[in-house]
Amino acid sequence: MSAFLEVKNLNVSFPTEDGLVQASNDISFSVDRGETLAVVGESGSGKSVTSLAVMGLHNRKSTNISGSAFLNLESGPIDVISAPEEQVRRLRGKSMSMIFQDPMSALHPYYSIGDQLSEAWRLYNDGDKKAGFKRATEMLELVGIPDASKRVKEFPHQFSGGMRQRVMIAMALINNPALLIADEPTTALDVTVQSQILQLLKDMQKEFNMAVILITHDLGVVAEVADRVNVMYAGKIVEQGVADGIYYHADHPYTIGLLNSIPRVDQLDGKRLIAIPGQPPSLINLPQGCSFRSRCTFADQVAGNLCATVAPTLDEKDSAHFSRCHLTEKQLVAARGGK
Amino acid sequence: MLKYLVKRISATIVVLTLISMSVFLIFDVLPMDPARLTCGKSCSPAIVEGNRHRLGLDVPVQVQYGRWVKGLFVGRTYGEGQAEIVCSAPAFGYSFNRHECVTDLLKAAFPITLSLALGSFVLWLLVGVSLGIVAARFKNRWPDRLSNVFVLVGTSLPTFISGILILLFVALKFGFINAIDLGKWHSPFTDPIGWLNTFIFPWITLALAYAATYTRFTRSNVIETSSEDYIRTARAKGLSEKAILRKHTLRAALAPIVTIAGLDFAGLLGGAIITEGIFNLPGLGRLSIRAVLNDYDLPVIVATTMLAATFVVVMNLVVDILYAYIDPRVRVA
Amino acid sequence: MTQPILKITGLKKHFPVSTGGVFSKGKGVVKAVDGVDLEIFPGQTIGLVGESGCGKTTVGRTVLKLYEPTAGTIEFNGEDITKLTPKQMKPRRSQMQMIFQDPFASLNPRQTVGTLIGNTFDIQGITPEGGKTEEIQRLMKRVGLNPEHINRYPHEFSGGQRQRIGVARAIALKPKLIVADEPVSALDVSIQAQVVNLLEDLQEEFNLSYLFVAHDLSVVQHISDRVVVMYLGKVMEDADKKDLFLNPRHPYTRALLSAVPVPDPKIGRARERIILQGDLPSPVNPPAGCVFNTRCWKAQDKCRTEVPELVQISAGHKLACHFPEPASA
Repeated sequence: MSAFLEVKNLNVSFPTEDGLVQASNDISFSVDRGETLAVVGESGSGKSVTSLAVMGLHNRKSTNISGSAFLNLESGPIDVISAPEEQVRRLRGKSMSMIFQDPMSALHPYYSIGDQLSEAWRLYNDGDKKAGFKRATEMLELVGIPDASKRVKEFPHQFSGGMRQRVMIAMALINNPALLIADEPTTALDVTVQSQILQLLKDMQKEFNMAVILITHDLGVVAEVADRVNVMYAGKIVEQGVADGIYYHADHPYTIGLLNSIPRVDQLDGKRLIAIPGQPPSLINLPQGCSFRSRCTFADQVAGNLCATVAPTLDEKDSAHFSRCHLTEKQLVAARGGK
Repeated sequence: MLKYLVKRISATIVVLTLISMSVFLIFDVLPMDPARLTCGKSCSPAIVEGNRHRLGLDVPVQVQYGRWVKGLFVGRTYGEGQAEIVCSAPAFGYSFNRHECVTDLLKAAFPITLSLALGSFVLWLLVGVSLGIVAARFKNRWPDRLSNVFVLVGTSLPTFISGILILLFVALKFGFINAIDLGKWHSPFTDPIGWLNTFIFPWITLALAYAATYTRFTRSNVIETSSEDYIRTARAKGLSEKAILRKHTLRAALAPIVTIAGLDFAGLLGGAIITEGIFNLPGLGRLSIRAVLNDYDLPVIVATTMLAATFVVVMNLVVDILYAYIDPRVRVA
Repeated sequence: MTQPILKITGLKKHFPVSTGGVFSKGKGVVKAVDGVDLEIFPGQTIGLVGESGCGKTTVGRTVLKLYEPTAGTIEFNGEDITKLTPKQMKPRRSQMQMIFQDPFASLNPRQTVGTLIGNTFDIQGITPEGGKTEEIQRLMKRVGLNPEHINRYPHEFSGGQRQRIGVARAIALKPKLIVADEPVSALDVSIQAQVVNLLEDLQEEFNLSYLFVAHDLSVVQHISDRVVVMYLGKVMEDADKKDLFLNPRHPYTRALLSAVPVPDPKIGRARERIILQGDLPSPVNPPAGCVFNTRCWKAQDKCRTEVPELVQISAGHKLACHFPEPASA
């Protein structure tokens, strides 16, 4: 039984003025219908690049891609990486959809909400404008927009940020896709609105039995929605596993560092945050060996200066829990503070 | 919306009134004496004074203005008795140099200017915008670089040079037109071929100058719009690149052109002085420049200035309304 | 009993909003800040939280007289500065500084780090002991920058480093109060902790007071001594940090806290989540009565008509609500 989306050894790079950017390296993961995979990383971690490549939204002329990403559709598997653009285009909005970070600018200012929604629907369904608007109204009701039949004729500037993100979700789901990719969908929203949108995404996932990839930098959001997690750093997956395993049994110094450095609203002991020293590296001249080494407080524990010379591979440290690190289990336990 | 229209129209009327008053004041202040210039060499002071009276220049400027405004609505009578001249409404004045009511002069000149403006407008829009889209689509490749050359030439070459070059080295040289027929008016309804013949090269001359700006503008707008988030959304929906360009990119990128094009067109309606001069077209431009340089024909000058101003002010309103139609964000609730 | 370094009473800042065309008068007012009381003592951090349109940024700016207040009083260091002119404010500004949110927009790209920090001395006409350059380099080192980079331009630094430049600039004149307006929101998660720690260290070293304006409750909780919760220009709750987070009495505070995601899946799954209905009302047209009534699940008629006063509900805990949540044990 194969998962709906299976990505294997995906590498994405593109040339810039300053050199070749290795945006993502050796990315392998899978997501199945009904489950949520969170891709966590900071800016420059490459977390969006993979999803853009899967959707075929990358710049075809200047991007180098290798590897495969299979969508296991009912009609048979398609490798969206090697498939021609026309074929991938016909999957966009139908079998796989994507929503982005800033809802304020994601809708065309001149067309009504109904027009934009019905355009998405009529691309893959036979129907006239009236039928499109009817479907649009249904979707608006589904995503919780009050007074939908009136608002469907309105324009984007008449909607608030949270409402616009709901519209984007409606647009993404209008053709019942099997895969939804949400790239930082709540980052630009207030926290109470974020709560609403995350709940909506959960409800929609159940409703449509979708595979969901949620890209974010917020470990709090990940804890709320994710079944499994990919932690990314400098273009690579450095840790991969079930959500509980990542949070309670992190097997990578970066993950451990992140968890120790973020303040928690429920921790009132005033303990000082343990910051990760240094900065994320440039993706152009990645250092030899482990990309995290310059910021890792445990690198010198590894014998033979291994971290500087040998790039670690993504190995299974525990059942279905992978980590890209030379540290031993014992050293990791100590890094986690004895847990 | 109605309230907005009423407000704008009232504002337009106020602006036009202010412009007309300013024009009168300006010409009142200038040291030239129009009465003196009404009769050329064989002038006696008596004739000059007589003309001054008939021109209505011997009364204070406010009265002159009042009479002029009245003339617009009910027509105007110049002189008395035998020498009486009547210009029917809307009367813009009487030209003693040409012995005609100014309104008739305007009526004769306007179709020519309109033909010139309209044809150039269509030509420069088609060429300019298409070239701009191509340049944006093939950014930094040879079509873009070629269009860049075109833009450079178009914006740097003034019409008095390009017009003459086109006239001498294309129109006349290749015998497309005879010098005698230059500027001859044929009505487009009765003699379309003649009409085209007269205007094709003036159109090309004007279009060359304007199209360049539109190419550059379209190109940068299309490029900028293409990187907007909503274009990415359209792509994520599964729309083809062609559909994206047609329905999403162009709609947004070309909207600002409505404003600029409208105002450029309105400006041309006031007369394209240089082009009309080169191609011997007796339009509003020729009329006004002659009135200023040769005759100092005050009534004509006032009339052409007012007409040109009116076109621009009215077009301003039209363009604003059009833009509100295109861009829902601009609409007043 | 020490005197507060900053005390604002009944602070209001309204912005006129013009609607209509050429011939209509400007109508409509955005009541960005509509009656805020606040006190900050030396060495204390007050966290000012709220969502979009709550007015927290406006409070921060008005307190420093970057905006002129529409009403109310501002007392800094025991002196009423409400009506002081910009010229009169100038010498006092060395004591009250600001750190801005966007490390990319808040530094002049055409000036070197040395110039950016040095400007503060030039404007006040102060020459530091031991020389300006030496002092600038000392400041750079203190905030964790390499002093040899004094002649570099902002674009040569990362976001986190640029924010450090902003901090150096703010502490150059040894102020007593710093208004930090979302100082870490634009930074990567792994850098945020570095800047937060820096701010805490500086506070201890110089006995600084912070007005920490932010929307991220987790960060505010960590760094603040007291927290003030704002909504649509008004204060909803004002309490000691622990008290607010363990014992929130205002429905909005409770909803806000329940919405903040916690990086802990077990807690995340078990938590009772209060999901507010509807959208934030527009600040041009705030609801009558209690501004929160349109989204409050326990709103009653009184809430729609009467504005609740900010009253002391227990020691060090103020609340503006007609029907407060019950106190936890």
